[in-house]
Amino acid sequence: MIKLENISKTFIHNKQPIYALKDINLHVPAGQIFGVIGKSGAGKSTLIRCVNLLERPTSGKVIVDNQDITTLSNRMLIQTRRKISMIFQHFNLLSSRTVFENIALPLEFIGLPKKKITPKVNQLLELVGLQDKWNVYPANLSGGQKQRVAIARALANDPKVLLCDEATSALDPETTRSILELLKDINQKLGLTILLITHEMDVVKQICDQVAVISQGELVEQSTVGEIFSHPKNEVTQQFIQSTLHLDIPDDYLQKLSPIPQDGLYPLLRLKFAGVSVDTPCLSQAAKEFNIDNNIISAQMDYAGGIKFGIMLTEMIGNSQNTQNAIKFLQTNNITVEVLGYV
Amino acid sequence: MFDFIPSFKPFETLIRHLSGYDFWSNFVNLCAQFDGFNEKMIFKIAQETDNTIYMTVLSGLWGTIIGLPLGILLYTTRKNQILECQIASGLLSFFTNLLRSIPFIILLFWIIPFTTFIMLIMTGQGVFLGRQAAIVPLSIGVAPLIARMIENALLDIQTGLIEAARSMGATPLQIIRKVLLPEAMPVIINSLTITLITLNGYVAMVGAIGSGGLGELARYYGLYSYKPAIMNTVLIILILIVFTIQFIGNMIVKRVTHH
Repeated sequence: MIKLENISKTFIHNKQPIYALKDINLHVPAGQIFGVIGKSGAGKSTLIRCVNLLERPTSGKVIVDNQDITTLSNRMLIQTRRKISMIFQHFNLLSSRTVFENIALPLEFIGLPKKKITPKVNQLLELVGLQDKWNVYPANLSGGQKQRVAIARALANDPKVLLCDEATSALDPETTRSILELLKDINQKLGLTILLITHEMDVVKQICDQVAVISQGELVEQSTVGEIFSHPKNEVTQQFIQSTLHLDIPDDYLQKLSPIPQDGLYPLLRLKFAGVSVDTPCLSQAAKEFNIDNNIISAQMDYAGGIKFGIMLTEMIGNSQNTQNAIKFLQTNNITVEVLGYV
Repeated sequence: MFDFIPSFKPFETLIRHLSGYDFWSNFVNLCAQFDGFNEKMIFKIAQETDNTIYMTVLSGLWGTIIGLPLGILLYTTRKNQILECQIASGLLSFFTNLLRSIPFIILLFWIIPFTTFIMLIMTGQGVFLGRQAAIVPLSIGVAPLIARMIENALLDIQTGLIEAARSMGATPLQIIRKVLLPEAMPVIINSLTITLITLNGYVAMVGAIGSGGLGELARYYGLYSYKPAIMNTVLIILILIVFTIQFIGNMIVKRVTHH
């Protein structure tokens, strides 16, 4: 549905070129939710603005629905944009219009008669669950409600593609979840292709099918969400995953942590699970087979893109020979084991 | 064309109506205790009040008709705006600044040939004084001020709104009509209120050179023969006019603001 081919964008600032995007290639299949994750300044905003040419790429092709839109005349581009909707971090609702009038705006742009606007807007209000707010001004809505209005407005022209520019970044976690659920819902109900950019791995984890990681204007990694979470290859990707799976060693453990093995001290392990390893009960198997005990200090297990993965801090209690063997056993079962020290 | 409400004489009509009542002679007698006041003077003040309001409102209207599109163009032709055009932007900005740098009293005299020319075309009489002729310099004097104020009001709009409208496939004209103007309306009304009050000052200047209005009264009864009662009455009326403009302006702003 969306294909970016060799997209580059260079800004000139104080006569110095700034390479915002470097040779980006991206393919978003129809009906998918595709996430692009990156830190601020990585170029993700520029990237999503290139898809509807709010920002014209310096070079490269933007193909939406089998049409290279960079070659379109201004008039044709305006027509095409009506099928590529966009929602924004700061909602961008008109304060001078009520909820109803905001949703009606794109329909007014295409010159739809009033008689046809009303039922369409009512239908959209129902879809986003704001029927009772139709006559309210945006100033009196919460952030989540504003984004719902923005989504309804974006869907008014029955678009094929929805672009989400940090759509949940200004919302609290609970509202974020409900907005993401709504997006997933319309993706499934309407078969809408969604391209979203974000700096939050949680967003990717919750709704994306595929994800690309952007860093300093380049796509460094691109894969299914399950693959990215279970086998992140690039350092930037790993950092993002760390940010969602993060276990600190508790302070009291840190204080008594000794870097070298001593009598009476047991190893403190950080175990990383990914993919297949989660499905076998390795820890209890190791306990039975090697006569050790596992004292789990903290753990975080997660599920994304059909794959379980997680991280765990555990103290392995047993004699040194047995713990050595148990660690080897875990490693052969695809668990990454890191000995943090001895406590 | 400049005089599409030639019968605009609300206060004169009101006074004429009041003069039919019994209490009128008492009122005239009361006023006559002050130096310079008589029935004729009361009518004169009413007429000049009408003229002042007439000139303020009509030149405000014409100033807006010229200034509004100018202000929109000043904004939209800026860099990174929907009708970006450096040449147009530079020229418009230059001429706006040029007109803005001429003090009104000098502009008033400078464009006398133009005023008489316009009056000749519009009314068949090549004059540059009178309440109709005054509208020409007043409109031209106030238009660049209005243009800059409109431009400023539009600059206040979040660029995200324009971006959203563009992403919806809005044409530049649709963006102006349905996004820019409605969103900027409270600030625009506020600016126009300020402009109208400034304009009231300009109207006094054209009055003082003989175009009618309260400024003309001030010249006769302030400059030529000093009559404090008349001067003070003129002053009170002017203050009332300004307060009324501000009051109406505030009321409209309240109606169009939804924050």
